[in-house]
Amino acid sequence: MPQITYVRTDGTSDTVEVPVGTSVMRGAVREGVAGIVAECGGAGMCGTCHIFLPEEQRLARGIAPIHPLEDEVLETTSCPRRENSRLGCQLAVTERCDGLAVDLPEHQVLP
Amino acid sequence: MAGSPIVVVGAGQGGMQAAASLRDAGFDGPVTLVGAEPQPPYDRPPLSKQYLNGEVDAAALALRTPAFYQNQDIDLRVDTRVAGIDRANAAVVLDSGARLPYERLILATGSIPRRLPVPGADHPGVLVLRTLAQARVLRDRLAAPRRVVVIGAGFTGLEVAAAARSAGHEVTVIEALDRVLARAVSVPVSEHVTRLHRGRGVDIRFGRQVEAIEGEADGPLRAVRLAGGESVPADLVVVGIGVVPDTALAAEAGLAVANGVVVDAYLRTSDPAIHAIGDCALFPSPFADDPLRLESVQNAVDQAKCAAEFIAKDGLAARPYSAVPWFWTDQYSDKLQIAGITTGHDRTELAGDPEQGRFSVHCFRGERLVGVESINRPAEHIKARRQLAAAGTLAGAV
Repeated sequence: MPQITYVRTDGTSDTVEVPVGTSVMRGAVREGVAGIVAECGGAGMCGTCHIFLPEEQRLARGIAPIHPLEDEVLETTSCPRRENSRLGCQLAVTERCDGLAVDLPEHQVLP
Repeated sequence: MAGSPIVVVGAGQGGMQAAASLRDAGFDGPVTLVGAEPQPPYDRPPLSKQYLNGEVDAAALALRTPAFYQNQDIDLRVDTRVAGIDRANAAVVLDSGARLPYERLILATGSIPRRLPVPGADHPGVLVLRTLAQARVLRDRLAAPRRVVVIGAGFTGLEVAAAARSAGHEVTVIEALDRVLARAVSVPVSEHVTRLHRGRGVDIRFGRQVEAIEGEADGPLRAVRLAGGESVPADLVVVGIGVVPDTALAAEAGLAVANGVVVDAYLRTSDPAIHAIGDCALFPSPFADDPLRLESVQNAVDQAKCAAEFIAKDGLAARPYSAVPWFWTDQYSDKLQIAGITTGHDRTELAGDPEQGRFSVHCFRGERLVGVESINRPAEHIKARRQLAAAGTLAGAV
């Protein structure tokens, strides 16, 4: 099973096994990884599974580019989006994701 | 409250969240989560969407890993039925006769599909969709070409219709009222969703009452017969005419029950040691004049968090439940999102262009914005939720 690492802003991280066919969001939530909220459960409509994915990682892992609706949701995240912002729920996990590391924002909902 | 056991009955989205949130809120006593279904808590919305169309399998639906329950010291009992609540002795009695003593009890028993009260409705070719087991049967039946008749143009019925039509089946939707999602959304959104389905070749018939379902007793289905004599040929019927709250345990235990288990602003039932959350709870809301009962992931999750915090802190500095209700459905590749409670609005304002398939309907009652329905406008939806939350807090403070 691919292993994915979630890195928080305080430097702590969790590395968990994520089943192929699920998402980068689901992989974190099912293990109770802190730093991903996923209020909507993966519908791509709440902006609380915000992560940062370096473009070279995206290309190396064969992860799909951003969809216009995902792009729109990222305009509403509680931590301002950056160029490499994505919604974890929209990133399908494949074998190629093994070893992937993503950065988490400071918060997912307004404090 | 260390050492005081908490029992959660119902291991759906709400029950699971309640158990997890008790730990998040620092509760370190025993937590037992009891579910009747055979598998650990799973994600229900995909059952009528990605699971039905084969995009995800059952294993991918688990809300948490087995290790999560172990690490959090949550005693998860699946495949376990509850026979009753012994309030005098504060214990949940299982079907096996075993007793689970509780200091606090959380009822998260969910809801049950409403049955179609016509002859033939018990034919094995007539399905409902609520559980993974039911979804599995439906998915298997859809493996071969079918003439599918969906009874009820609500969210579940339309999602099933979309999945079946996308897989190439012949699909007819029978609706008693004069538009789709009539109890849930405004007319412009109804019209958009109807256009989507008809554009894909779904035959939607409004204002029709089902009189009987016809088929061989031990053989295939034949047709759905409508009032007035019309007959729709069918190999498979899916009934989606809503759900009723599962209040049996609460009622037998003598708790106040109406259209749901009656709870106060802190989600306590008429017995303060017992909370009720999610689909089964009838609760006061700053977003509606009358008590609400909502069937949504949002409602289950937010009420679970609220009840867990109340219990973990023993009611100290408790906050009443005041989350903004929101909901979504996928219809083909369109996303419909609802913020607030739009039923009972008396005026609407349209933003965006329905012709382009991207628009929002702002629903007002008098001067007050009560909700926003959006088609493919997620940012608008999120903005509306924030706006309603701010207004709700204001209303609560006055």
